Amino acid sequence: MALRDTSSLHQLKSPKRDLDTQPPDSSMEEESDTRKINNSFLRDHNYATEADIISTVEFNSSGELLATGDKGGRVVVFQREQESKSQSQRRGEYNVYSTFQSHEPEFDYLKSLEIEEKINKIKWLPQQNAAYFLLSTNDKTVKLWKISERDKRPEGYNLKDEDGRIRDPSTITSLRVPVLQPMDLMVEATARRVFSNAHTYHINSISVNSDHQTYISTDDLQVNLWNLEITNRSFNIVDIKPANMEELTEVITSAEFHPQQCHTFAYSSSKGSIRLCDMRQAALCDRHCKYFEEPEDPSTRSFFSEIISSISDVKFSHNGRYLMTRDYLTVKVWDLQMENKPLETYQVHDYLRGKLCSLYENDCIFDKFECVWNGSDSVIMTGSYNNFFRMFDRNTKRDVTLEASRENSKPRAILKPRKVCIGGKRRKDEISVDSLDFSKKILHTTWHPHENIIAVAATNNLYIFQDKVN
Amino acid sequence: MAGADGDDSLYPIAVLIDELRNEDVQLRLNSIKKLSTIALALGVERTRTELLPFLTDTIYDEDEVLLALAEQLGNFTMLVGGPEYVHCLLPPLESLATVEETVVRDKAVESLRKISQEHSPVDLEVHFEPLVKRLASGDWFTSRTSACGLFSVCYPRVSSTVKAEIRQHFRTLCSDDTPMVRRAAASKLGEFAKVLELDYVKSDIISLFTALASDEQDSVRLLAVEACVSIATLLPQEDLETLVMPTLRQAAEDKSWRVRYMVADKFSELQKAVGPEITKNDLVPAFQNLLKDCEAEVRAAAANKVKGKRLNIMLPFIRLIQYTNQHVKSALASVIMGLSTILGKDNTIEHLLPLFLAQLKDECPEVRLNIISNLDCVNEVIGIRQLSQSLLPAIVELAEDAKWRVRLAIIEYMPLLAGQLGVEFFDEKLNTLCMAWLIDHVYAIREAATCNLMKLVEKFGAEWAQNTIVPKVLGMANDPNYLHRMTTLFCINALSEACGQEITTKQMLPVVLKMSNDQVANVRFNVAKSLQKIGPVLDNNALQTEVKPVLEKLASDQDMDVKYFAQEAISVLPLA
Repeated sequence: MALRDTSSLHQLKSPKRDLDTQPPDSSMEEESDTRKINNSFLRDHNYATEADIISTVEFNSSGELLATGDKGGRVVVFQREQESKSQSQRRGEYNVYSTFQSHEPEFDYLKSLEIEEKINKIKWLPQQNAAYFLLSTNDKTVKLWKISERDKRPEGYNLKDEDGRIRDPSTITSLRVPVLQPMDLMVEATARRVFSNAHTYHINSISVNSDHQTYISTDDLQVNLWNLEITNRSFNIVDIKPANMEELTEVITSAEFHPQQCHTFAYSSSKGSIRLCDMRQAALCDRHCKYFEEPEDPSTRSFFSEIISSISDVKFSHNGRYLMTRDYLTVKVWDLQMENKPLETYQVHDYLRGKLCSLYENDCIFDKFECVWNGSDSVIMTGSYNNFFRMFDRNTKRDVTLEASRENSKPRAILKPRKVCIGGKRRKDEISVDSLDFSKKILHTTWHPHENIIAVAATNNLYIFQDKVN
Repeated sequence: MAGADGDDSLYPIAVLIDELRNEDVQLRLNSIKKLSTIALALGVERTRTELLPFLTDTIYDEDEVLLALAEQLGNFTMLVGGPEYVHCLLPPLESLATVEETVVRDKAVESLRKISQEHSPVDLEVHFEPLVKRLASGDWFTSRTSACGLFSVCYPRVSSTVKAEIRQHFRTLCSDDTPMVRRAAASKLGEFAKVLELDYVKSDIISLFTALASDEQDSVRLLAVEACVSIATLLPQEDLETLVMPTLRQAAEDKSWRVRYMVADKFSELQKAVGPEITKNDLVPAFQNLLKDCEAEVRAAAANKVKGKRLNIMLPFIRLIQYTNQHVKSALASVIMGLSTILGKDNTIEHLLPLFLAQLKDECPEVRLNIISNLDCVNEVIGIRQLSQSLLPAIVELAEDAKWRVRLAIIEYMPLLAGQLGVEFFDEKLNTLCMAWLIDHVYAIREAATCNLMKLVEKFGAEWAQNTIVPKVLGMANDPNYLHRMTTLFCINALSEACGQEITTKQMLPVVLKMSNDQVANVRFNVAKSLQKIGPVLDNNALQTEVKPVLEKLASDQDMDVKYFAQEAISVLPLA
């Protein structure tokens, strides 16, 4: 299902706390033939501490679960409400399923370095039994978590009575075997494996292989290959560390496995290039098999060229034919068969080109925006500033800017497209580039694997939007 | 059971049952390991109706508890009432066969395979085979992977209609969506082929094998190479060429180095399975290519299998390897010495000796170490003297290598070398090295050096020790560096037993006693420890008159540690 008319996306849902008091679908209902988007404010704080800032969001492969990680090292998993006939409206509501502390702050005594607990990435594993598994990583350590349900509990002790009082041993005349009784559903998260001590630099991404057996973890200079069952050994498959660190010109910014070919992975660099490696050729993938780079346009060259060309995220399309990369100002789609230039280039916020100097001064120019594909690879989405996020329809070439905020759009209402204007004349509903709030940035977004449901992290708030259902 | 004495015998069992749910994993594990005791106390009836249903639902526990449970249930047949009731064990094992932890699943499958033998043919079809089918068509791939390991145990014992169903299930799993299941099927393919009728091997297994060997995932293809070995042994020689060889040839030239690695690694088995004729025509050229492979891991695996190949063909390639990468060279170095026994004396001197000599001069210490560590094979064939001229510089260089781990490795080979080179050669060339290690600045080296001395004394005898080693060791007792003085004590600890009472009492003891006045406390408490160590070797007279007063003096030392170790020595030694 493609997002044909992005200009009429509707916001459908109220914040959770208001849900029961608000009449379903207010006046917007009349607008037929428009699509709506669901919205829930799942982290409903009036004030945010640093630890509450969401640092990653990720749907699982069925879209039934959504995980977020934050700077405080917590992982919150949301589960989609099961469909009920009476309230088909509420289908799509995501509720908290499990919350757990994935990482704790640590201190590296050898290097005198603090290791933050911030969750850099979460990746779901393909489902293997009734439990769910995910990998979460901070700067140094990847952990494998199991999230499982329990609805029975054993009852009956030999040495204690029903109220927990110790029984006199001399009164024990027969043995009791515990019996399992139903109880309220309990969701448990347990750390199954800890993969540590393999990275000298900060881990920026992890990616699970389609062979369901291995995954890679990537830091600034290395890519390591792990077996999901083995924690004490990993193989270094890419190492770009020069013999002399002063010759360092480039770092790895992100890496991902091909969705189907278990031997192919891509990694992006701070110089704006992407390398595709084939693990069949050799055990060490220092030599790439494809190198994607767009020649620089000398006319636009400036002091900031190198910084803004650094790739902050690389994603294979679901069908495995394309690669999408995000740099500071654009999103590019590359065909795996064409290395010399991108197939498509989309401007995310070109109006910032004139403000690079101040963005450099307030460090925003180093923000790492992520990008995502929709389920059918026809629409791409990425974030911007002022709680804006952008969607580009690859077929119709339409694009839209939307805002994830509580102040400017009502819950359960249709989202209004936003426009940014440059220069003096500002029309109604437009926002001037000078009044953009650069502290409100949308770095992390995720798209449901099959449906038009998106999750957008705006600092400490998580917004879930959905196509209008009816 | 009578109420009055019931508590005495029931209480421990009651505790065990309650601890099945204790919060402490260790206690739960303990209870699970004594599950047979619980079952025995409950009797077969209650074990079947109460204990097993409870266990079926305890799959939430820690892996180690589940692993122990899976293992226990494999031996539970008598406790549920014998083979007649063995099917009661299936439900708990079935749920264990679906957990995510591979070791637990594998253990559950192992137990299921074990109890399948205890099923009567009727029970096997009524209870066991449906379980296999349930697992094979389960929603989650954990259950389907477990099913792969169960086909081969039930196939031979069921009717032909059920056999056809089992074959169909196996076929389905071989083309499962998830690579996990295809890998499990590929790894059990050989085993399943063994229990199948030859006609079905030809009609069914070969097509599955070909499909798995050309799977899109390398992790599946490489497992097909393993299956190739068992399938090839089953087929008559005349069918091999058409049914197996095309796939094997393709695997040896696979695009993925991991698959080629597997071929190199399984080479000896493959060679045995396909027989001499095909080996000569097909495998040898393939092997030569693997030795020249562009991936070092593959070359190393191939080099490891050089042993036992037709050497006249291999030699040129072995020479070629000299010019390749370190990793391969060191793999070759570890096997090349073994070749000499196969080649015989003349060939070894003509073909291999130059290689050994070249490798002894290799720039990579690991290569040199691998050559030296396998010297014993060459010694048997040509005698080590042939090599000694080149050996010595190599040893000396390794002994002084800047990396202490390299020095450590060469020390470990010293007793072996000494045995082969003989006492004369050793005294002349190597003795100084062994002594130099005693004052190495790395503790691990000094420690290994003392251990080395002990082994040398065991080889060359106490008399040799008295003449060559002991004076030098004791001389170090006056060294200005306290670490070296301590080394003297460590050497004495190690040597006293090998040297015997005479040398220990007359030569070593006075030195130890003298060191009890050392100004460094670390030396003094090591004196106490040494006295405790060598005490049993000394005669009672020396103990009472010489050791006792010194230990008593140390026991009132102003340093806490010295006091502690002196008191410990006093309490251990028979001084009273």
